[in-house]
Amino acid sequence: MHDELAISVRGLRKAYGDNVAVAGVDLDVHRGEVFALLGPNGAGKTTTVEILEGYRRRDSGEVTVLGTDPAQADPGWRSRVGIVLQGTGEFDELTVAEVVRHFSGFYADADDPDKVIERVGLADKAKARTHTLSGGQKRRLDVALGIVGRPELLFLDEPTTGFDPEARREFWELIRDLAAAGTTILLTTHYLDEAEALADRVGVIAGGRLVEVAAPNLLGNRQEALATVSWRTPEGTVESAQSATPTAFVADLAVRYGGEVPGLTVTRPTLEDVYLTMIGHAR
Amino acid sequence: MTTTTKPATPVATTRGRRPGAAALALRQGRLETTQFLRSRESVVFTMGFPIIMILIFASIFHGTIGGGVKFTQYFITGMIATGLMTVSFQNLGIWIPVERDRGVLKRYWGTPMPKWVWFAGKVIMVVVIGIAETALLLAAAVALFDLDLPSTAEKWFTFGWVAVLGVTACTLCGIAISSLARSARSGSAVVTPIALVLQFISGVFFVFTDLPTWMQQVAALFPLKWMCQGLRAVFLPESFGAQEPGGSFELGRVALVLALWCVISLVVCLTTFRWTTKRDG
Repeated sequence: MHDELAISVRGLRKAYGDNVAVAGVDLDVHRGEVFALLGPNGAGKTTTVEILEGYRRRDSGEVTVLGTDPAQADPGWRSRVGIVLQGTGEFDELTVAEVVRHFSGFYADADDPDKVIERVGLADKAKARTHTLSGGQKRRLDVALGIVGRPELLFLDEPTTGFDPEARREFWELIRDLAAAGTTILLTTHYLDEAEALADRVGVIAGGRLVEVAAPNLLGNRQEALATVSWRTPEGTVESAQSATPTAFVADLAVRYGGEVPGLTVTRPTLEDVYLTMIGHAR
Repeated sequence: MTTTTKPATPVATTRGRRPGAAALALRQGRLETTQFLRSRESVVFTMGFPIIMILIFASIFHGTIGGGVKFTQYFITGMIATGLMTVSFQNLGIWIPVERDRGVLKRYWGTPMPKWVWFAGKVIMVVVIGIAETALLLAAAVALFDLDLPSTAEKWFTFGWVAVLGVTACTLCGIAISSLARSARSGSAVVTPIALVLQFISGVFFVFTDLPTWMQQVAALFPLKWMCQGLRAVFLPESFGAQEPGGSFELGRVALVLALWCVISLVVCLTTFRWTTKRDG
């Protein structure tokens, strides 16, 4: 019946003229999973996602989303998929409540519009014309329209671009709520902290290829990478050393300094370090 | 990795709480009409333009044209036709590119809404605004310039079918031409000159038969001339028909040309309509 994969992609390719946007992507997203596609602008994120959403045709490869080829999307399939596109600000003359209510009418199994508005945090803006909303509020409206049909699978294309830090935190909570309720989520982002905060697994995409897929804390073998230990010498200079066994190294230092080591830090490559290495900006 | 799986969701379409096809179309039509009426520029431009033109022209020209027909009476038939064209052809030709550019169409495309519902919504909006606008125009003309309304049921019937065929043709042309605009702004640059030229050569501002023959022949290729002619059959006396280029109001030919435009523009719509902008691939 329900296979365990929400999304299965094999050998996906797409070119616009001479420009190859997606050059052979393989990807599996499991049901109930939050998967982040991470990559710089122009890496092929949006093209990939829009093929999965049924918006674009692929040149070659096999794509199955919720058991169907999205190129053959029908209303039945569309009612199980929620889409939050990059653009916003489309229904200037209507109120939040009017827009959400209208879109709920397209789904057989729609959620209560008022509840959805409440859930995305727009309850006190329900009667406001959408052109009066702030950027973050408009994005919430986009999400409301994406989830009002109670999708099994939700696509979020760069959902928090332009948010202030607080709005992003709130938005993340909303996404975690949806994930906790069992919604499969595929999000694209170029924010590392967002991928780290939300995703069960991260796929790094660069130059149209999926460079690596892993849990955020395992990306680029971060766990096994050499740790950098640094400390301050009595002369006041900062010294540092690479170590595969930082615990033992620090224990030695502690003995040498007879207790507290001044200015001690132990770091491993940050997600940003491994990410930048992966997409070819090695430092 | 999370292992939460959603309890097997029943196939959504079996729940059937979604409104039926007709109800969906009506909802869409109501939404489109609401959006139109709340957009001040649309209301002023679409509904106001023909009325302002009538006020100006009818105040300037008082004479009669052949057969004791007041120029006002003649001019109003042209303005009704222009109004119908504005509400359908110009309205859609200008606004659809804007909606396409803003991603409204893409968003609808991503929902389970059957695609025809969106078109039905536009048609309902055009019909509602078209009726309101025509009624307003007639009321203003009757009140201010003693327009004679059609006297027989037959004439009202002619009025009905000429308006329906004309609006259908212009609606389809508006949708078809919307695909020519490359961006939100270019819609009106594409549509407005066409509409303006057609108004001048189709006998809206001038008596058609006073125009140079070549201009009449060019105009005869497009719907507006035939809409004007059909409406003259409704609002002008039978005897005036003799002064038309064809020696009568040629209602059969009016129907034929407008129907032909419906078919052609429908084919263009079906083959060229785009839900996304070109840069969306």
